[in-house]
Amino acid sequence: MAINWFKYSSPASFYPLAGRLIPWFGILAAILIVIGLYLGFVVAPTDYKQGEAYRIMFIHVPAAWMSMFIYVVMAIYASLALVLKTRLSTMMATAMAPTGAMFTFVALWTGAFWGKPMWGAWWVWDARLTSELILLFLYIGYMSLYAAIDDPRRAARASGLLALVGVVNVPVIYFSVKWWNTLHQGASISFGEAPTMAATMLAAMGVMALGFWMYTIAIVLMRVRCEILERERHSDWVQEMVGRGTHG
Amino acid sequence: MADLINMNGYGFYIWGSYLVTGVLMVLEVILVRRRRAKVWRRLDRIGRMQAHEDETRVEDEIET
Repeated sequence: MAINWFKYSSPASFYPLAGRLIPWFGILAAILIVIGLYLGFVVAPTDYKQGEAYRIMFIHVPAAWMSMFIYVVMAIYASLALVLKTRLSTMMATAMAPTGAMFTFVALWTGAFWGKPMWGAWWVWDARLTSELILLFLYIGYMSLYAAIDDPRRAARASGLLALVGVVNVPVIYFSVKWWNTLHQGASISFGEAPTMAATMLAAMGVMALGFWMYTIAIVLMRVRCEILERERHSDWVQEMVGRGTHG
Repeated sequence: MADLINMNGYGFYIWGSYLVTGVLMVLEVILVRRRRAKVWRRLDRIGRMQAHEDETRVEDEIET
């Protein structure tokens, strides 16, 4: 059976689909985060070098991954909006930005709370930390630029361009620990290399990352539904929903 | 329990990280739900206004 994926690129058919998916991703996120916390605090052993402080890793690393991953996906949606001029792509990009900014802030915050006991400083102007801070500014810049322009099409074009240019920063963050001599430790997991940490630590981090991922999908779908309602409020299908009195 | 809070002296850093992360994630859900409620309130108001307009138009037509 062929599924017509293009059908779901129209806000009218994507709206109810997103509504049906949200509870599933939300429940999955909650379950995974609880398992991740259990693995991280009960199962994973104390680190021989960093003691208990390393347990910050179980939120720090997944949050940092999400901050970069969300940005890349946001930039893809923004470029789709620029090239194909699809309305839903812009809505998706704008719905992702606040969550991306939140995870970037979490990565910086938990990094500071990990850096203080390990390095003796809340903050250093190290390549990894600085490029992650730039990522936060890019998210804020994207949101402000979009909000500052009244005409939605012009807003989408200008902010989309900013998102696209800013994507250069993501590989800089990722490879910063290799390219420069940084105080920040190297990658926790690298492709093609055996992980250097205990299997239980790795499992806790992986499960937490999956949990954050599911959370992101759920919250972005919730936000994109608001975005769709706001922008399509004059369309027949929204009017019909309002007329029926159902808050779909 | 005391061990869990203290975390060998790292308690402040560990719980300071987890608490802020948890609060932000819950806050984000609350904010989006509030935004959704706000959008629906607005849509319902517009819907009621239109329904009222339609009614008065019908009444006017009957009168004339």
